[in-house]
Amino acid sequence: MPKSFMPLAVVCGLMFAVSPILIADAPYESTMGLVQKIFYVHLPSAWMFLLGAIVCGIASVRFLFRGDPRQDRLAWAAAELVVLFGVLTLVTGPLWARKAWGVWWQWDVRLTASLMGWMVAVAYLLLRKYGGPGSDKLAAGLALFGMANVPFIYISVNYWRTIHPTTSVVPTLPTSFGVPLWFSAATFLLLFLLLLRMRVRLEEQRARVDALYLSMDA
Amino acid sequence: MFAHIVWLVLRKDFTIEVRSLEIAYTTIFFSISCVLVFAFALVQEGRAPEGGAAGILWIAIAFAGTLALGRTFERERQAETLRALLLAPAARPAVYVGKLLGIIILLTAAEAVLVPLVALLFQAPLFAHPFWLVLILLTGTIGFAAVGTLFAAMLVRARSRDVLLPVLLYPITVPVIIAGVRATATLLEPEVDTGVLQVWFALLVCFDVVFLTLALWTFEPLMTD
Amino acid sequence: MLALLATLLRPTSGTIRYGDHAAGTRGAALRASIGVLGHDLFLYPELTAYENLEFFAGLYAVGDRRAAAATALEAAGLADRGNDPVSSFSRGMRQRVALERALIHQPRLVLLDEPFTGLDDASAAALGRRLHALRAGGVIVVLATHDLDLAEGLLDRAVFLRDGRIVETVDRPQEVRSMYREIMSRRAGRSGPPGAA
Repeated sequence: MPKSFMPLAVVCGLMFAVSPILIADAPYESTMGLVQKIFYVHLPSAWMFLLGAIVCGIASVRFLFRGDPRQDRLAWAAAELVVLFGVLTLVTGPLWARKAWGVWWQWDVRLTASLMGWMVAVAYLLLRKYGGPGSDKLAAGLALFGMANVPFIYISVNYWRTIHPTTSVVPTLPTSFGVPLWFSAATFLLLFLLLLRMRVRLEEQRARVDALYLSMDA
Repeated sequence: MFAHIVWLVLRKDFTIEVRSLEIAYTTIFFSISCVLVFAFALVQEGRAPEGGAAGILWIAIAFAGTLALGRTFERERQAETLRALLLAPAARPAVYVGKLLGIIILLTAAEAVLVPLVALLFQAPLFAHPFWLVLILLTGTIGFAAVGTLFAAMLVRARSRDVLLPVLLYPITVPVIIAGVRATATLLEPEVDTGVLQVWFALLVCFDVVFLTLALWTFEPLMTD
Repeated sequence: MLALLATLLRPTSGTIRYGDHAAGTRGAALRASIGVLGHDLFLYPELTAYENLEFFAGLYAVGDRRAAAATALEAAGLADRGNDPVSSFSRGMRQRVALERALIHQPRLVLLDEPFTGLDDASAAALGRRLHALRAGGVIVVLATHDLDLAEGLLDRAVFLRDGRIVETVDRPQEVRSMYREIMSRRAGRSGPPGAA
């Protein structure tokens, strides 16, 4: 573990402890009241979900065409975080939606695209876990295709909805809610980076142990 | 040379298939069973749900396609012939295209059975605009098969490949399904809105171009170590 | 190891050189001069022997593939069974077709994985003669086998592997089997899968 890890982990824990206070103090949003506060968890989760997807995609492409095992480890770790933060987003979202607007789910562009992105990440993990040897490259291919797929999902779901419009209840999320939001976002980002580092490190150790085993009968 | 290799691979697959017709018969029969299951599940009081025919058609194509892909590459697993194909000096993307064309032909044969069957069982006027129907089915099939052939090939040596193929394939081919179903549903309406059809068709063509290119580009790195 | 030589795997360390070229630099051209007979034979069971040979001849860009396929069938001694599906062949017959498939494009380097497995005496002797002929023709043959008696007299160089590592290299080996036993027993108590090439 790098030296900075423990202190940062402590900082992160403290930030998480402090954030409810900041969230409680934040001004109430006019129409939704208390329920809207879950947004301070939902939005940063969504951002981390997206960040993880980008990291996974880029690392996968680099691994596929350069073969650098570090990129592969990074991609795998990022994919796990995509699933994790994706679950958080996809759970907090409907919870919020149900309380605020009365529906659990809507086939809105962003929701659907997020869900599909999450599914691809889960497929990635399933492939790595159950695919046997060689599945690292295959998973990288899947990640690449998943990335390429995003614009198509957006366009197709979007057009689908414009032909059969229903009132969309998902608001354009405000980004200027001030201190609590940015604090929350920073907290989540720190958590994301710590988890990523830890997970990549785990894979590095695993690779080192394997290499040691192999060189043992020299 | 490229075209020659494509032709050789295609001809080889065709020769093998014609000998036993195993994949053709089982895929077609499966398609029929699949549609019947949908009929029993969805038809109420002798009538199909509104606009259900389009969805059923494409779901059946997706399921039958997955089976056909799995079986085709299972054949290449015996005697490790896929490996032999990759060992040859033939351009690897040419091998991919050869297999892709075989799958497209197989799926088209299945669709030739599925379309009349769905039209019949669900009282859907699928043949009202045959030109558009063929275009939609063709571009959709190419898109599905392009991604499917790549994934099935890359999974040939993986464990749990039977279940992993649909797990990987379906999320990626969602745009094809959406576009295909919506376009087909539009075709079934009494007043066909060609503007809408054109948009879906354009989307399918874009998907085909992008993913075919991606597949050709990544086939070699994915299949070799 | 054969997979590495066949350009199917990249080595984790070091490089493989073919003559003046390092592996990976000449891709398709390199593959065109390598012939492989694997354990899995690489033959389509549903196709006839002739069709298999003709297909692979085409894949390897052999000039007149029909003639090449016919010649190969002759060399395998199966000219009369050319139109029967490979699935109807015995193991030995399949092996003969597979060998001809590997050689149909006249490769410079031939990799054979356990080619003697399942062969009766006559076929094994015929294979031995074929390998002698290849070697006389300047072809480099790399043979992985446990049938050390059959390999006797064939080898210019023997490389003994244990647990995937090279433990000994002998030029012009005689009495390969006893040599093998002696080398393997050197480190008593460690039994690994035997392998020699």
